[in-house]
Amino acid sequence: MSVAVEIRGITKKFVLRHSRSIKEAIVWLVKGRKGELTETFDALKDVNLTIRQGETVALLGFNGSGKSTLLKHISGVMLPDEGVVLTRGRVAGLIEVGAGFHHDLTGRDNVYLNGAILGMDEQQIKERFDDIVAFSEIGQFIDTEVKFYSSGMYLRLAFSVAVHTDPEVFLVDEILAVGDEPFQRKCLEKIHDLAAQGKTLVVVSHDLDLVSRVCDRGVVLEHGRVIFDGPISEAVAVQRAR
Amino acid sequence: MTVGALVQPGKGRGLRDVMASRFLLKLLVDKEIKVRYRGSVLGLVWSYFKPGLQFVVFYIALGVFLGLEKGPRNPSGLSNYAIYLFSGIVLINFFSEALGNAARSIVNNGSLIKKIYLPRELFPVASVWVSGVHLVPQLVILLAACLIVGWRPDVMQLVAALSGFVIVALLALGLGLLFGAANVYFRDAENFVDMLLMIATWASPVMYSWQMVRERMGETFYFFYQMNPISVGVEAFHYAFWLPTTDGSSAVPDQLLTLWVPIGLAVSLAVVIVGQLTFSRLEGRFAQEL
Repeated sequence: MSVAVEIRGITKKFVLRHSRSIKEAIVWLVKGRKGELTETFDALKDVNLTIRQGETVALLGFNGSGKSTLLKHISGVMLPDEGVVLTRGRVAGLIEVGAGFHHDLTGRDNVYLNGAILGMDEQQIKERFDDIVAFSEIGQFIDTEVKFYSSGMYLRLAFSVAVHTDPEVFLVDEILAVGDEPFQRKCLEKIHDLAAQGKTLVVVSHDLDLVSRVCDRGVVLEHGRVIFDGPISEAVAVQRAR
Repeated sequence: MTVGALVQPGKGRGLRDVMASRFLLKLLVDKEIKVRYRGSVLGLVWSYFKPGLQFVVFYIALGVFLGLEKGPRNPSGLSNYAIYLFSGIVLINFFSEALGNAARSIVNNGSLIKKIYLPRELFPVASVWVSGVHLVPQLVILLAACLIVGWRPDVMQLVAALSGFVIVALLALGLGLLFGAANVYFRDAENFVDMLLMIATWASPVMYSWQMVRERMGETFYFFYQMNPISVGVEAFHYAFWLPTTDGSSAVPDQLLTLWVPIGLAVSLAVVIVGQLTFSRLEGRFAQEL
């Protein structure tokens, strides 16, 4: 299988900005530029990762280990300071579902808007519209403004749009806690389906039982570095042992 | 499964990518128009009412009180001052709304930009486009007034109106890209834009005649005044809508269509290029700065 995502030695520095005011900047200049005006830390440090087409990879690690940052580099939201990220085919994410939903628009308008934001064209949305609505179980409420939706309905519709975008590489960030239990099961089935269809999946989750069911490979991150990369059972064991 | 070559995600081609996502642009514009008057009883009527009232106030204060309208007791005034004033106001309103919203568009859509990659130029472009749609009802009022006082359009006038619009739209887009990107790093940018917009109304011949500028300030100042694309845009609108309704005694600047309109287009295009280059340089860090 060919490579779907290739990450070569990427480093990402985040700035902890201490001062944005002119006053502080001048004081710093007058005092002879003592110390750094800003402080940086490495969110990702020399990360290398090659994901082949059809692989299902879980990114594991504690909060702040750089999992979501890595996902944002694969999606193109962030650019690395050093190194290169390469992807093949369309990448779309279930990253915080509902980003791009507008409260004052109806469910129908939001399906179109969010579908287009996630990279679908008009024809694709029209074809899949009925499937999206059916999967979300929104039914007759599709022409109601989403601000009147319950939070469960909102998430179901957003998730439904996202899983119907049909990209080659699917990024999933901590969204498997969507809706009630029957809907969660349905989401999981859908994700299994996608994996079975040979889609590449990159999943970020703290739910170790869940990722061991969905993924084959696990990558453990710590302070922006990869500390383990291998079969999911071993990766989960490494993560549990910490 | 072959899906093309490996590419670097997040490396956009700027405004060319916007062309490729026209469907999304259309949806973003539709969204803005739909939500603009949400929950209001009068709805779209506000689009007519606000510029209408603004016009009446300006006309009474400037045309009548300050004596810019030509009359029996004021032969040096501008004939049909009402049309003169309104054709400039609609263009300045368009510019103010377009630039004001474009400069805030990136920050306002921050929650989306932080999570999903899409050509970020879409947001300033959509802001300018929405303002263009809002210009339509004002143009309808202007055209109705022009027709009442005997305006008969010909090809040159329509060309002038179109080029005036394009000049101002490009300028708003270029500055919108520039300040929209800068606003992510320093929120001072949007305040600076507000200040700029306040000056814009007075730095172009909207309320007064361009001849006053040349007479009082001299040729050199007049040259720089004319280098402002908004001045040229407003004068092109005067040429299109106001001049044909007068007896032609108070003219538009010499060589307006042959010299100043091409210069205005060139300046606006240069601003778009500078805006795009700045935007591309800054957008790599949008996600972490927002």
